Amino acid sequence: MDWGSVISTTIAAFLTLAIFSFLYKDNPFYKFAEHLVVGVTAGYWVVIFYYTVVMPNIIERLQQGKWWYVIPLCLGILMWTRLVPKWTWISRYPLALYLGVATGAAIPLEMKAKVVEHLNGSVALVTYMHSPQATTGGIINNVIILLGLVAALIYFFFSKEHKGAIGLIAKVGIVVLMVGFGASFGFTVMARVSLLIDRFQFLVFTWLNAASWLPWYYWYTHN
Amino acid sequence: MTVFEKMFALDRRWIYLVLGLSVLISLVIPFTVPIPISQEARNIYNYVDSLKAGDVIHLAIDYDPSTIAELHPMSLSILRQCFDKKIKVVVTALHPNGPVMTAMLLDTAVARHFARTGERMKRGIDYVFLGYKPYPALIILGMGQNYRIPFPTDYYNVPVDSLPMMAHVRNLTDVRAVLNVSGTSGTDYWITYGNGRYGVPLALGLTGVMASDYYPYMQTHQIFGLLGGLKGAAEYEELVGAPGRAVEGMKVQVVAHMVIILFIIAGNVGYFAIPKSQRRRLT
Repeated sequence: MDWGSVISTTIAAFLTLAIFSFLYKDNPFYKFAEHLVVGVTAGYWVVIFYYTVVMPNIIERLQQGKWWYVIPLCLGILMWTRLVPKWTWISRYPLALYLGVATGAAIPLEMKAKVVEHLNGSVALVTYMHSPQATTGGIINNVIILLGLVAALIYFFFSKEHKGAIGLIAKVGIVVLMVGFGASFGFTVMARVSLLIDRFQFLVFTWLNAASWLPWYYWYTHN
Repeated sequence: MTVFEKMFALDRRWIYLVLGLSVLISLVIPFTVPIPISQEARNIYNYVDSLKAGDVIHLAIDYDPSTIAELHPMSLSILRQCFDKKIKVVVTALHPNGPVMTAMLLDTAVARHFARTGERMKRGIDYVFLGYKPYPALIILGMGQNYRIPFPTDYYNVPVDSLPMMAHVRNLTDVRAVLNVSGTSGTDYWITYGNGRYGVPLALGLTGVMASDYYPYMQTHQIFGLLGGLKGAAEYEELVGAPGRAVEGMKVQVVAHMVIILFIIAGNVGYFAIPKSQRRRLT
């Protein structure tokens, strides 16, 4: 490893340990690392947005003589009138245009992808049971999913008091939701532990180069 | 004070310390754990494996360095499989913090392929990196019409029309699949606009936090495969025959999870062991 890599890796290791130090208690090292992240990210974003939005979409197009790009430029500038209370109303015009376009593009496709397709998927659970490809395991799975779906939906049905049969099904719905939350929690734990593992892999193997001096690890990786 | 009352008074920093030590110790002790391959991961591998040399896939890298731990091993394994199969790859990075990281990722994949096979994958011929543009929904809709609308030039400022690989790639319908490796809501845009609007086959590689939210899309066939978190990454590393950081990380996951499960059990036992009247005061 050359000296440049040693120095940059050591800085990264110091910042990692500075962030970890918050687990003990808040301290100046953590504050320094936190402010550094925020500052660097903000600076990075400004540069990225200048070179990927302002430069190619406005400056270069205007330089090419495409004068009509003055219109979106003006609409963009009008957005900034929100900063002056007296002129805030002007910003509603570009905002209305933006919302109109975005809503028009989003609503039909969002409905298709996130509602209609899922309704289709739920109906397919029933049709599967009558299909020639249906297996016993598949049918049992589908029945569980279907009952869970109905129970969870009934839990969110508030037009009737949750008593008697409705109350019982709603309770099953709670169990189904809890199973869902449990799965999400399990995945979240795995994700957070993954981040911890990555930092430890960096500290132990990249920074300290432990694989070369831990005898049992060296033996393991070379046999 | 009973043991259980002491347990509730325990400083949480002890828990951090125990978890940290369990991760550190299991990391430096060599052992392996079995990694069963899920059908969702196998679907992606089989799909890419079934493509012919010269086919094009789109690798959408929609994450930033904060999720490298889980997602980089997936991207590297996918690139390895594509390079080995001579499948051409269009790469985009629709997260503002992603482009530099993605360029480095591609350099790493190319260097590893060269070290392993002696064959140097060429930019513009074997793969193309288009870079970053803001507003992913609009960019995906733009790519659905023509890649050149949102990306007249690639990340390195080379006109896309001059790249040999892009000569026969006009829009999303010309790629065989989009593999979206993501730690952001950009995945929703790929489902809604990439798959929903243009019908491009879509598979996801997601962080663990996101994975459970996207499993329903498997059932509706809007995606054909899903890699969830480090486990998904480890599965793909196994599938391509290149166990790496994700596989190495899974043994630590097992130990860390066992520690967390023990803490959860101990916490629950303690909770139910103390009298009901004291629970509110102690918790």
